[in-house]
Amino acid sequence: MTVQDALPGLLQEYLPILIFLMIAIGLAVVMAFGSMIIGPSRPDSEKLSAYECGFEAFNDSRGQFDVRFYLVAILFIIFDLEVAFLFPWAVSLSDVGLFGFWSMVLFLGVLTIGFIYEWKKGALEWE
Amino acid sequence: MIQALVFYLFATVTVLSAVMVVTSRNPVHSVLFLILAFFNAAALFLLMGAEFIAMMLVVVYVGAVAVLFLFVVMMLDINFTALRQGFQTYLPIGLLIGVVLFVEILISLGAWSIGPEMIAAASAPTPAPADVSNTKAIGKLLYTQYVLLFQISGLILLVAMIGAIVLTLRQRPGVLRQTISEQVSRRPADVVSLVDVNKGEGV
Amino acid sequence: MMTTTLPVMMPAMAEIFLAAAGMALLMYGVFTQRDGQSEGTAWGTIVAMLVAAGLVIIYGGPVAGEPAFYGQFATGHFTQFAKVLILVGAAVAVWMSVRYMRAESSNRFEFPVLVLFATIGMLVMVSANDLIALYMGIELQSLSLYVIASIRRDSLRATEAGLKYFVLGAVSSGMLLYACSLIYGFSGTTQFAGLATVLTGEATPLGLIVGLVFLISGLAFKISAVPFHMWTPDVYEGAPTPVTALFAVAPKIAAVCLILRTMMGPFGGLIADWQQVITLISIASMVLGAIAAIQQTNLKRLMAYSSIGHMGFALVGVAAGNQAGAQAVLIYMAIYLFMNVGTFAVILSMRKEGRYVENIADLAGLNKSHPLMALAMLIFMFSMAGIPPLAGFFSKWYVFFAAIEAGLFGLAVIGVLASVVGAFYYIRIIKVMYFDEAEAPLDSKISREMRIIMGFTAVVSLLFFILPAPVVDQAAAAAQTLFTN
Repeated sequence: MTVQDALPGLLQEYLPILIFLMIAIGLAVVMAFGSMIIGPSRPDSEKLSAYECGFEAFNDSRGQFDVRFYLVAILFIIFDLEVAFLFPWAVSLSDVGLFGFWSMVLFLGVLTIGFIYEWKKGALEWE
Repeated sequence: MIQALVFYLFATVTVLSAVMVVTSRNPVHSVLFLILAFFNAAALFLLMGAEFIAMMLVVVYVGAVAVLFLFVVMMLDINFTALRQGFQTYLPIGLLIGVVLFVEILISLGAWSIGPEMIAAASAPTPAPADVSNTKAIGKLLYTQYVLLFQISGLILLVAMIGAIVLTLRQRPGVLRQTISEQVSRRPADVVSLVDVNKGEGV
Repeated sequence: MMTTTLPVMMPAMAEIFLAAAGMALLMYGVFTQRDGQSEGTAWGTIVAMLVAAGLVIIYGGPVAGEPAFYGQFATGHFTQFAKVLILVGAAVAVWMSVRYMRAESSNRFEFPVLVLFATIGMLVMVSANDLIALYMGIELQSLSLYVIASIRRDSLRATEAGLKYFVLGAVSSGMLLYACSLIYGFSGTTQFAGLATVLTGEATPLGLIVGLVFLISGLAFKISAVPFHMWTPDVYEGAPTPVTALFAVAPKIAAVCLILRTMMGPFGGLIADWQQVITLISIASMVLGAIAAIQQTNLKRLMAYSSIGHMGFALVGVAAGNQAGAQAVLIYMAIYLFMNVGTFAVILSMRKEGRYVENIADLAGLNKSHPLMALAMLIFMFSMAGIPPLAGFFSKWYVFFAAIEAGLFGLAVIGVLASVVGAFYYIRIIKVMYFDEAEAPLDSKISREMRIIMGFTAVVSLLFFILPAPVVDQAAAAAQTLFTN
């Protein structure tokens, strides 16, 4: 109760998340350092080399991605932002009235045009 | 007290992870530190009472933008050691610009004051957080008072969609696709033909 | 403040119509057009822009009573004048692109649609009456233009142009946002009307001045004024020529008119603060435009430096900060539109064996192969150099006169000197056209639309002095609206 009194109303609701965060971080630190301290550690260069007749690693493990992934990600961002606009609208719909309702419908209509465009262009198909 | 403590915790982590974004060798690590910085910035917004912006930071920046960054980093075949060659030479001038900007912020914020006539001029006074949640406060203004700007942002998103497709979509020729409606509507008469073959001649 | 009544929307009819037309054309394009035949959407775009220009003239005038969109959307003679110029410039650029895109086999139906959306952004910029509206207009415009710049994505130069434009444009947008937040933080409002009442010029907080300087920097990038000009030559050279023609005309007009409205409207009280910044940018642009253009061999790069110089001259009128200055800037932009469109029509007519060429040396012997085109180019070059009695002389004359009226004698003198130096490279082109021998002549066939554009703009540039009244009177009426409200 002392902790809760010290915080303004809004932040009290987030207190469980803060506690959860603390526990998560604490647990992660304990696990990481615990295994470092307790676990047996006998380093040997052979342990890092390729197994028997396996290839020696000679380049970066990162492979190049197809540009399609980028297209999918950016189309996702656009619709993600659209959803971001929906939250305040849903909360305040009773206050903004019919005008607010139709203004959102128009906004969604514009993005639907974009959606039809990308569908017809085949941007949503993989191959 | 607790609030201040939490603030300093998140602020420190934000600054440190921002530094790591710039200095870490592996670009994938940079993106991961960027995500950490976003999370901490969201927590800082929360401490200021800007609930909606904090959540948007998590949903949009962490959920979408950071993933996009990761894709871009993976997509580009860049020799990062070569890219870092200029880092040392440009460091002083970069630091100088940073210091200048920082001093500008200090000077201008040091003189910060809002006169009574400025408060009167405010187009839409902010409601007290106790009366109305700030998601609702934004919603009350965005779709009616700022309908023009709201619709323009719709157009901007449309242009972003068109632009992304115009610049990156490539149709690969000769790709085989399954079209189920075509398969179902196929009739034997369209594809099977009977041929009378004379003996010993073959087709 | 709760708003349940519908906003006043009629003054924005042109923008609403253009947005609807853009979406309709997008749907038409994606359902009917194959790559390689985009003429349908291009013609549709041109018609839509001309209809929008008509709508601006009919509905875009001053509104009695409640302002449009709760005061976020300014209307009146000023915005009408600027919007008609922008719409005409964009429509002509699309017209010039049709044949070029077909010949270069890069015509995609998205191109005219993106130009259309960029134009909506420019119209919003001109009408912006709120810092957020200003930013949204600029973003809509810039985002479309970034894509347009690299629409030929298989060309290395075009993608480089698009990338440079995008990265630097993003930096300038960042500066603009920073400026807007500082101004909002120190004044408590984003509306221009509110800012005008708060900013009286007495005891201005330092943060506001910082914000103002950032705002000018962000806007100066958009008109490629020195020292924010680095992207211009590369983008102009790398982008397809009709796109360069668009870049040189419509966004410049929009951004200059935006600077004019912002400086004289909400920041009118701070004239003492911004006048010196604008003066500095103006001098730097005029001088660099005149000197750096001398060494160029590529016509599109030359036009880039020429436009940097012209923006410097236009800013002289802004720096004057009086009604004569505003009028002079509007006249300057109108004449600039005609001269530039004409010059780009000439560049787009330069072909050798069916391929487009763009070097100054390719103009050699133009007098013998195409005497009329050479004559038109002569008129444009003399006009840009500011030689009387051509239109370009009058545009400069009005600007310098306004500067002298405002007491900026030094600025006017430097401007005259810069235009004398600048005349050198314009006259060099004329020398190449008339006195150099051609190795291989240009193709003889010049398309009908290029002949119409060249002929019309050349006649306007040549005979402006006989009938200047339409432009000058309209500009005067437009400038007056800036100072009465």
